[in-house]
Amino acid sequence: MASALRRLGSAAARRGLSTACEDTKKSLFQLPQAGGKSSNLCSAINQALHIALESDPRYRLVLSEMSPIIPKPNISLLPSLHATDNRHSYLFGEDVSFGGVFRCTTGLADRYGKSRVFNTPLCEQGIVGFGIGLAAMGNRAIAEIQFADYIFPAFDQIVNEASKFRYRSGNQFNCGGLTIRAPYGAVGHGGHYHSQSPEAFFCHVPGIKVVIPRSPRQAKGLLLSCIRDPNPVVFFEPKWLYRQAIEEVPEEDYMLPLSEAEVIREGSDITVVGWGAQLSIMEQACAGAEKEGISCELIDLKTLIPWDKETVEASVRKTGRLLISHEAPVTGGFGAEISASIVERCFLRLEAPVARICGLDTPFPLVFEPFYMPTKNKILDAIKATVNY
Amino acid sequence: MGRRDGCSRGKGGSMHFYKKEAGFYGGHGIVGAQIPLGCGLAFAQKYSKDENVTFAMYGDGAANQGQLFEALNMAALWDLPAILVCENNHYGMGTAEWRASKSPAYYKRGDYVPGLKVDGMDALAVKQACKFAKEHALKNGPIILEMDTYRYHGHSMSDPGSTYRTRDEISGVRQERDPVERIRKLLMSLELATEKELKDIEKQVRKEVDEAIAQAKESPMPDPSELFTNVYVKGLGAESFGADRKEVRTVLP
Repeated sequence: MASALRRLGSAAARRGLSTACEDTKKSLFQLPQAGGKSSNLCSAINQALHIALESDPRYRLVLSEMSPIIPKPNISLLPSLHATDNRHSYLFGEDVSFGGVFRCTTGLADRYGKSRVFNTPLCEQGIVGFGIGLAAMGNRAIAEIQFADYIFPAFDQIVNEASKFRYRSGNQFNCGGLTIRAPYGAVGHGGHYHSQSPEAFFCHVPGIKVVIPRSPRQAKGLLLSCIRDPNPVVFFEPKWLYRQAIEEVPEEDYMLPLSEAEVIREGSDITVVGWGAQLSIMEQACAGAEKEGISCELIDLKTLIPWDKETVEASVRKTGRLLISHEAPVTGGFGAEISASIVERCFLRLEAPVARICGLDTPFPLVFEPFYMPTKNKILDAIKATVNY
Repeated sequence: MGRRDGCSRGKGGSMHFYKKEAGFYGGHGIVGAQIPLGCGLAFAQKYSKDENVTFAMYGDGAANQGQLFEALNMAALWDLPAILVCENNHYGMGTAEWRASKSPAYYKRGDYVPGLKVDGMDALAVKQACKFAKEHALKNGPIILEMDTYRYHGHSMSDPGSTYRTRDEISGVRQERDPVERIRKLLMSLELATEKELKDIEKQVRKEVDEAIAQAKESPMPDPSELFTNVYVKGLGAESFGADRKEVRTVLP
């Protein structure tokens, strides 16, 4: 699977960004084409966090004499919104000091100090509420929720406070500096409470953004965009890929645009949409379908809300068929929203019902995980059924 | 009132007052949610070393929320300059405090965080308590202030305020402990002001309030397009209008 992902990464590099970019955005979001260091998802995220914390103007003065562990952040990439910064960035969560359960935050406390990178007590609601307050003072607060399964005590703070702060105060206040990071998704042995994909709950909340990367290279750029975006963002990291996914990740500071889906494999018979770790499974299914003469167009949504309807619509207008796949249970999953929106827009063009190959409507099982998961074969079968409808 | 010239540009509801210049981070409909937020504000103040404190206010009803204790723990752990103020008016909407709380001594609930009980109906006591609390918070970390106060009216439009307490109780408190009356008596007994002067002040204030209400009533409703503003701010990446990026097809009234 690692080699498939490497191919995925380089394919993305060749294709570049979607053509929806304007010229000004192009310069801001140029994915560095050349080289990079072979990194897994953990270390890509670690690099992104280093750069995010280093971009604090006050801290830059202190560190300018020290030889950097990583290249200096490219301040020209930061939009002028943040030019008058005397704000700071903080990273906090359970166990982040020593590096975190997945080692995504190693080295940060040592380099940036315990006042900026610190452990919190075990209280998700308190962590997110506290993060909203920090962000309300203009800082960049990066809150880590140890597993996405634990995010629910913080649900009220995210839905009722974070997403509405700017709206209800008529833009006097906001908590745009808040970014919540959480590892999500199946890992093979996670069971009920270490494997959930709760993205659908948050996609129902206008005011926050939900971003899910598919690979190390994407993760670094997307995370930096999320941290610097002036809206509160929930960033779900596919924990399965933390060690498994290895890719050439550019060492410098770069950002990827939010709310832009990417066509990572072009095709003409069916549009296949997904995000996160599921894309690697879908890539395999597409390769299998290719052997049977079906040409699949694979799209990575990247940002789930606000999602790039135009790209998916354009693709479905080309192919006439749509299949969506995600790990979360099928009923009420985000696939339902995509399906409804695309049917609204492309009803007459569709040649077959929109297929959703998703997790089953059960709590995430432990021993039955292989039955629950939307596997390559399930997707392949559905692709064939949809094409032969 | 939801008018354009209001303090939240007509977007917030009756609880959503905001004033950036005064450092007033607003009222919260979800009671208790503002307490960890207050701790976040206090953390930022402590980090910037600007000698400011945060007052996070909640009621006796919200004092039973779990997030209060999460926030207390964090504030105490990190010595944040946060002053948690429990406005104890003895009723959580329709539920008297003895029905809702095992321990109605809200100032003691901090356990490891010191607490002070203040007569909330005495304006001078409140002032002194806040001054003390600020000095304490800047030096030693969080403190709880319990303000013993009262609510004459009902909690909200749907609450007449008399179904869970007697009218005698309400009028009794109004006679004995009303804060404005107390100050008036104090000023007159110390001969710092005459009755006429105080009446004039009252007239003046009433006029100001009436003018403000008239001004508010005249203010127009916000433009329907405001429904969609400030959900997201143009950030990085594609423009976000919310989940549907095409123009909304329904016609707004």
